Amino acid sequence: MSHFVIIGNGISGITTARHLRKLDSEAKITVISAETDYFFSRTALMYIYMGHMRFEDTQPYESWFWKKNRIGLQRGYVEHVDFDSKSLKFSDGRSLLYDNLVLATGSKSNKFGWKGQDLDGVQGLYSYQDLELLEKNTNPYGQEQKVRRAVIVGGGLIGIELAEMLMSRGIPVTFLVRESLFWGNVLPEGESKLIMRHMAEHHVDLRLESELDEIISDAHGRVKEVRTKSGEIIPCELVGLTAGVSPNIDFLKGSALGLDRGILVDAYMKTDQEDVYALGDCAQFKESIGDRRPIEQIWYTGRMMGETLAMTLAGKPTKYQPGHWFNSAKFFDIEYQTYGWVFPEVREGEKHFYWEHTKGKMCMRFNYLKESGKLIGINSFGIRLRHEVIDKWLSAERDLDYVIAHLRDVNFDPEFYKTYETDICQGYEAHSGKKISLQKRSLQRIFGL
Amino acid sequence: MITDKDASLSIANPHPEGLNGGQKLGLTLGIVGVGILFLAFFGVNLNALLFLWISLISMLSGGIIYGVAAYSSTPEGIKNTGIWFDGLSARGVIGWSIGIILTGFYVLLYWFPGMLGLGVEGAANTGLVALFDPLSKMIKGSVASQWFVYGTLYTVAILSLGVKFLWKYRHNRYQMIRTVVVMISQFFLAYFIPEILEGMNSSVAYFDKDIKNMWPLNYDFFDSWHLDNMTSSGNYGMFFLVLGIFMFLVFTPIITYFVGKRWYCSWICGCGGLAETAGDNFRHLSSKKLSAWKLERWLIHSVMILVFVMTAATLYGYFAGTDSIFGLSIYEYFKKPYGFLIGAMFSGVIGVGFYPLLGNRVWCRFGCPLAGYMGIIQRFKSRFRITTNGGQCISCGNCSTYCEQGIDVRAYAQKGQNIVRASCVGCGICSAVCPRGVLKLENGPEKGRISDDPILIGNDGVRLREGI
Repeated sequence: MSHFVIIGNGISGITTARHLRKLDSEAKITVISAETDYFFSRTALMYIYMGHMRFEDTQPYESWFWKKNRIGLQRGYVEHVDFDSKSLKFSDGRSLLYDNLVLATGSKSNKFGWKGQDLDGVQGLYSYQDLELLEKNTNPYGQEQKVRRAVIVGGGLIGIELAEMLMSRGIPVTFLVRESLFWGNVLPEGESKLIMRHMAEHHVDLRLESELDEIISDAHGRVKEVRTKSGEIIPCELVGLTAGVSPNIDFLKGSALGLDRGILVDAYMKTDQEDVYALGDCAQFKESIGDRRPIEQIWYTGRMMGETLAMTLAGKPTKYQPGHWFNSAKFFDIEYQTYGWVFPEVREGEKHFYWEHTKGKMCMRFNYLKESGKLIGINSFGIRLRHEVIDKWLSAERDLDYVIAHLRDVNFDPEFYKTYETDICQGYEAHSGKKISLQKRSLQRIFGL
Repeated sequence: MITDKDASLSIANPHPEGLNGGQKLGLTLGIVGVGILFLAFFGVNLNALLFLWISLISMLSGGIIYGVAAYSSTPEGIKNTGIWFDGLSARGVIGWSIGIILTGFYVLLYWFPGMLGLGVEGAANTGLVALFDPLSKMIKGSVASQWFVYGTLYTVAILSLGVKFLWKYRHNRYQMIRTVVVMISQFFLAYFIPEILEGMNSSVAYFDKDIKNMWPLNYDFFDSWHLDNMTSSGNYGMFFLVLGIFMFLVFTPIITYFVGKRWYCSWICGCGGLAETAGDNFRHLSSKKLSAWKLERWLIHSVMILVFVMTAATLYGYFAGTDSIFGLSIYEYFKKPYGFLIGAMFSGVIGVGFYPLLGNRVWCRFGCPLAGYMGIIQRFKSRFRITTNGGQCISCGNCSTYCEQGIDVRAYAQKGQNIVRASCVGCGICSAVCPRGVLKLENGPEKGRISDDPILIGNDGVRLREGI
């Protein structure tokens, strides 16, 4: 009986364990975590802080689930891996032998060597411990007194989440973004501006093209202000560092394992060590797949890698073959979904059609091939889309004329919501100079009957 | 610790952002309105006509002003911030206090109406009931009963806190339309029309005129006295008798087939109406544990069996002209225990009194036999489902947390499975609070409605099997 040891109880590690158990009822499975006793949804940390949920509500499985499925859970921090003797050494001195090792150790917040980055009151937001720390940093002087201002550094998803969290507690936020657009390495200008308007509506003090120079300490080693590269001083008592994350692999540095920015793996998520695999945020594919990045730090990709790796571990070697790209997020009150590829800049041979609602809180962008009209991807803000329908369109290589004509099939908003297909269709007609006949919504097409 | 340890014992939010002026005004009006009821209850002699109107208008406007003030100062969106830090909504002191007061009110209402001021044996009403005499006389020409007091307060609660709910969900048209319908339904079908009809036909013996309050929720429907009163009232009574039978036998299964039981439970039902409006602050308190689901299935189906047996015995007695069956008194052994245990204790005292402790749908989830009946139709023969959107779920848990019926929505969503559950009342809050647009309530073809072989879209290399 083989002993499968998984380091990390996030979505990647836990999906691997669950699916391995489905495929192999005999395997001995142990999951190790330094973070929490049970798997929880990392993406839900913000809701705990905001009082929408309790920590236990973010745990998708009740505690009996692990016993029932014979998935052993161990709390501990693995300090060292000996790949020759196939043993793990914990920081408390324990050790554990494995037959197959899965590294699913996730990420850590980036710190780019800013002056003052380790002061009290300065932190990232990734782990459960970060959340506990944030709770402390919210009221560093006792329950009665909250910090008077927070500065967030780095304009991406975690940054805007942190802004929403802090503002839910009534803490004013100054948000420093190095670029001229919020999340400009992912979002085109229209979408980015839409979100920035929404941030202003929520009274976020957004500073574009503002770069952190130094975090300045008070007499007790706690942050009292930050200075930007332009020399501006911003008094604050909390600093959130949210300039991205990188693989959490420090404990593996200096070992025999092949590393680059992440743990190097092939298409089977195998590392260069015998019977050792890596997946999720910490893994770096030697060859990236299509337009995907070699390190994918997304909930969904972690899950899909776990489903795939479980097959390999169960003796059915399977390559990681993700389908069409998709992702989603929520920026304060505005939901975002993306399917296929939409890049911030229009790429060679591609063309964008952008529609924005007059009130400026909803938009859609279609990326398609200039020549054939083939759909490449869709961004949608404020309108929910049906994954299954878009997935079919992308696989069938539908052109944009077809997509616009069948737009009513793809709407996933709740019943009775106002719809905007007519408006979008008119926009497209103006954009393309073509006449499109907008089709009625068809349950037959939607449900594939 | 992340969540505040003191949250459950704190009277106020430990992170007070402070109430704004409008909220304070609304709260004050609400307290004035309820305070007058307490004064009347404790026997303070008030000018009924004047103070009843002050009380009703204060309560109505208080809830509305509070709601508008609380939600209109921020952009439209989900407003669940601080729910688990608040003494009212997180089983704190306020929550417990309100739970105890509500429970006490139900106990008096069912078993000690005299203490509420109901005049017994021809005596004039006093106290709280007397306060409602002018309104009762105005609507139906007779003095108030404790049930008139209850019906009025119930309606005021739904209307007042319904407007608050409308403001909270003003970005969501499903919630808006549903709530307006449930408010109209309560005001007209449950309250105004029956009371007016009662007043217009005061010589006719009493029977229930709330056409949506059908058997088996209205377990008195087939009682001998109720049948007699209907059949002895000519066409007027026969209309309600035939309609009552038609409603549960024909109308309900057909509509439930097309849209699920939500048409009733969260759109027109009075119990549902109160749960969705006044109970909105407590929906996250329902247990999502598997053990709670198991208990639910035993309880709700037991109540269904009990109501069938009780009704069968009653009808036997009615048609056979006897008051006993197998030597057992139909009243003592069937009607009385059902009325006491299920009708009063379960649906009233626990169902509403325990809102701040067990959530707002305890009765609907664990007890209501009508919900159980429609649930079976919804589960096995209906077009309704909550569709899970491909692979977009992030397992965050908002859907499960805010499911008032305690359905672990996430367990389905994260597997890419549609949610087809007998207990779903279709309130649509799971879909509203989902941050990734994963859930949609919809009616569609029965084929493929229940996805036993769930597919999470996005992973071409692996086809998932169901297992654990």
